[in-house]
Amino acid sequence: MIEIRGLHKTYKQGDVDVHALRGLDLTVAAGEFVSIVGPSGCGKSTLFNILGGLTPPTSGTIHINGQNLMALSDSDRTNLRKKMVGFVFQKYNLLPTLSVQDNIELARHIAGEFGKPKDPSFEQALDMLGLRSKLDRKPKQLSGGEQQRVAIARAIVNKPAMLLADEPTGNLDTENSELVLSLLKRLNEETGQTILMITHNPEAAAYGHRIVKMRDGKIVS
Amino acid sequence: MRTVLSVVAIGVQVAMVLTLVGVSQGMLQEQARQKRSTGADILVRPPGSSIIGFSSDMPAKIVDVVRGFPETEMATGTLVQPTGNIDSVTGVNLEEFGRMSGGFRFLEGGPFMGENDVIIDEVTSRMKKLHVGDKFPNMLNRDWNVVGVVESGKLARVFLPMAQLQDLAGKTNKVTWVFVKLKNPATTDEVVKLFRQRLDDYKVYSTEEFASLISIDQIPMLKTFINVVIGIGLFVGFLVVFLSMYTAVLERTREIGILKALGASPTYILRILLAETMLLAVIGSVTGILFTYGTRWIMNTFVPSMTTVIVPSWWPIASCIAISGALIGAIYPGLKAAKQDAIEALAYD
Repeated sequence: MIEIRGLHKTYKQGDVDVHALRGLDLTVAAGEFVSIVGPSGCGKSTLFNILGGLTPPTSGTIHINGQNLMALSDSDRTNLRKKMVGFVFQKYNLLPTLSVQDNIELARHIAGEFGKPKDPSFEQALDMLGLRSKLDRKPKQLSGGEQQRVAIARAIVNKPAMLLADEPTGNLDTENSELVLSLLKRLNEETGQTILMITHNPEAAAYGHRIVKMRDGKIVS
Repeated sequence: MRTVLSVVAIGVQVAMVLTLVGVSQGMLQEQARQKRSTGADILVRPPGSSIIGFSSDMPAKIVDVVRGFPETEMATGTLVQPTGNIDSVTGVNLEEFGRMSGGFRFLEGGPFMGENDVIIDEVTSRMKKLHVGDKFPNMLNRDWNVVGVVESGKLARVFLPMAQLQDLAGKTNKVTWVFVKLKNPATTDEVVKLFRQRLDDYKVYSTEEFASLISIDQIPMLKTFINVVIGIGLFVGFLVVFLSMYTAVLERTREIGILKALGASPTYILRILLAETMLLAVIGSVTGILFTYGTRWIMNTFVPSMTTVIVPSWWPIASCIAISGALIGAIYPGLKAAKQDAIEALAYD
């Protein structure tokens, strides 16, 4: 499903070239839950940003469901984010002025799905995430764990090909971390959602089917 | 708070334009009402004179010429002399004017008795706090005895004996207006044509025609002034919204990043900001229209000589000006938001 070969990404920082990814290879099958671990600055977030269509790669090949990301224009990458990618961030990144329901509906609106009936599997997921009774609340009325569950619901509402979770438990206590990770695992098992998760925490990484280690812009194991 | 201030600022801008138009329209309507109330069917103005304005005068003998026309029942002349700002004094022959118009209705006192007498209307009486027996100070470099206070709305607001004003203004045997009452008012339109033929370059209007002509469009200076105020309004609206939206975009950098991560295109983000601006401008315009009721009350209470009216026909114009200024002001912040780099925006704290 995801096929990455010889991926390079070089940033300009002033006059200095920063090589964030240096020939990275990775294959992820559909329905896999992959944990990506590695020290700060190893290129995990850069990999996520490229997979999520937030920034283009410098060189290499990257295919998602057969679509070559190297050939995508800015506008194509915007469409990729709409339909194929769901993001879950460490800081939840919910819009504070909108209710839970509106935060989720916003993703549907942007994807042009607003007003169409939701996929039945999303309704099940909503129950699984325990958000049914909190749809009218604003993010500030929710705990960190609840906010992250809303972020997960928002990320999967458009049935993306892959869910990219960047340190999803980084801001949560142990209890809420376990809850969120269990939910991600259930989501993967029950709906076949492909998940790539960045984490520093080995216990969190263990929730994935496999753990991929990164160092200096490459996969090392 | 920023939103409320923006709405109020747009409202003030709309109210500024509408109040100016309201004052202009109100004063012109008052002029038309004053002329209608003279009882005249036809008005004669000097050659080359504008619809409104006191700068032109004509020989007083034109009154006798008009009196000699077979269609004329009676005719009288008045002289208008500016006294500073937008004020003026009108020289009138009370006896002639009384016969034509049915006379003034005196609320206090009565007609002129001496050379230094002045008659004022009730608005001037209220504004200047003058009553019969008081001195009307420093008009045309002298003080005047108030001998009468008349009901407002007829001809003018301040009156002097005709000969006295002609003398003081250095306009002996001159008049500014000739008011003509016809023997058969039903033939006014035909008689106007006849008068125009007989009086060559003199401006001849039926009273109704004059009233319909007296509009902002007919007064180039006023039109220019209103256009300048509209330009200022447009600029103020642009500035207010530019600053407001620029701040909003900076404050919402992270939110813009979230929208981009969700797949929002630059057009989608620009559309959201322009829609917000539109809403702001529409609410501001409605607020501005409501403000004009307040400014009308203030003007009519504290400056009753400047009759101010509500002009609903200008509501869409003033609103369009506000909305245009606001949308222009939102373009740069909108483009800035639309071009925001998603990764940088998401990292913004």
